[in-house]
Amino acid sequence: MTNPPADLSSLWVYLAASPLLSLTVTLVTFQCCVWLNKKLGKSALFHPVLLSMAMLITFLKVANISYDTYFKGAQFVHFLLGTATVALAIPLYHHLDWVKRMFFPIIIACFTGATTAALSAIGVGVWMGASRETIMSLAPKSVTSPIAMGISEKIGGLPALTAGLVLITGAIGCLIAAPLYRLLNIRHDSVKGFALGLSAHGFGTAYAFDISQLAGAFAGLAIGLTGIVSAFLLPLLIKSLGI
Amino acid sequence: MLLGISILLICQLCGEVLVRLLNFPVPGPVVGMVLLLIVLIIKGSVPKSVQTVGDALLNNIALLYVPAGVGLMEHFKLISKGWLVISIALVVSTIVTMAVTAIVLKFLTEHHVDKEKPYD
Repeated sequence: MTNPPADLSSLWVYLAASPLLSLTVTLVTFQCCVWLNKKLGKSALFHPVLLSMAMLITFLKVANISYDTYFKGAQFVHFLLGTATVALAIPLYHHLDWVKRMFFPIIIACFTGATTAALSAIGVGVWMGASRETIMSLAPKSVTSPIAMGISEKIGGLPALTAGLVLITGAIGCLIAAPLYRLLNIRHDSVKGFALGLSAHGFGTAYAFDISQLAGAFAGLAIGLTGIVSAFLLPLLIKSLGI
Repeated sequence: MLLGISILLICQLCGEVLVRLLNFPVPGPVVGMVLLLIVLIIKGSVPKSVQTVGDALLNNIALLYVPAGVGLMEHFKLISKGWLVISIALVVSTIVTMAVTAIVLKFLTEHHVDKEKPYD
């Protein structure tokens, strides 16, 4: 006779290591969080992405499952992120009129925004006496993570730290967007979306799609533009600042 | 449906290939997005299959960020070392960046572009 606890624990060993569990848990958690978010009046503090992150991290820590093991299952969801990024061209195409009409303002806003993002992060870092490594890891924090990690490496930051900071920046962006736009009286969805995508990359874009398709399209545009501009601008900026 | 996903994947693939060939500092999917936009502009409409797949992906784009987001657990140690500077820098910088971008774009579009019907 096998005793039940032993069976259960071998079952758990199987499940914890299998991609099936992490994939299922990711999908179910996210849907619960969407439902919960609706119940809580769609508050940005309980945005489904943030809520899911908190719940899944807690679950993995408690269950003692490593991120690598989790990612073996979650990678199937993660893979689609690249394809969804390509698909951002669709709303962009539908709103091409807006993009054309706002072309020069968009370019100017992108350069100003990207410079502000880097300078303000560097400024606070220097002012508070952070190490050079921390400051350089902070500088590209508004850029979408694959580009941000590349920039961080180039200017002497820690790419792994930057990856974490990029995620937190995205979360902060979702939290502050609604009150900030109310305060500044920002009403046009294109402006809302562009500023979200520029300052909070992908998380901001997901949040912008909650506002409208137009906002989402402009957020997607901002991610691409900011990424390209920052990749060239940041190393030059650091050099000219002489830090 | 299958045609739509194939078109998206082909753009993504071409994006990845181009980025590597030209040593571009941009992720492949971003270049893929530009490629798809060019294709759509040349064609002059969005094929139904592409629209269907695109809608399915973009309606759930928040879910797609969750696996990367959970990766934050890998960075707790590094972040906790300078957590005070880091939290202040991130909060201040994100607020300032979003505000400056929104104000600049709002100001420029109000004065230059859409005099006809700026806000509905």
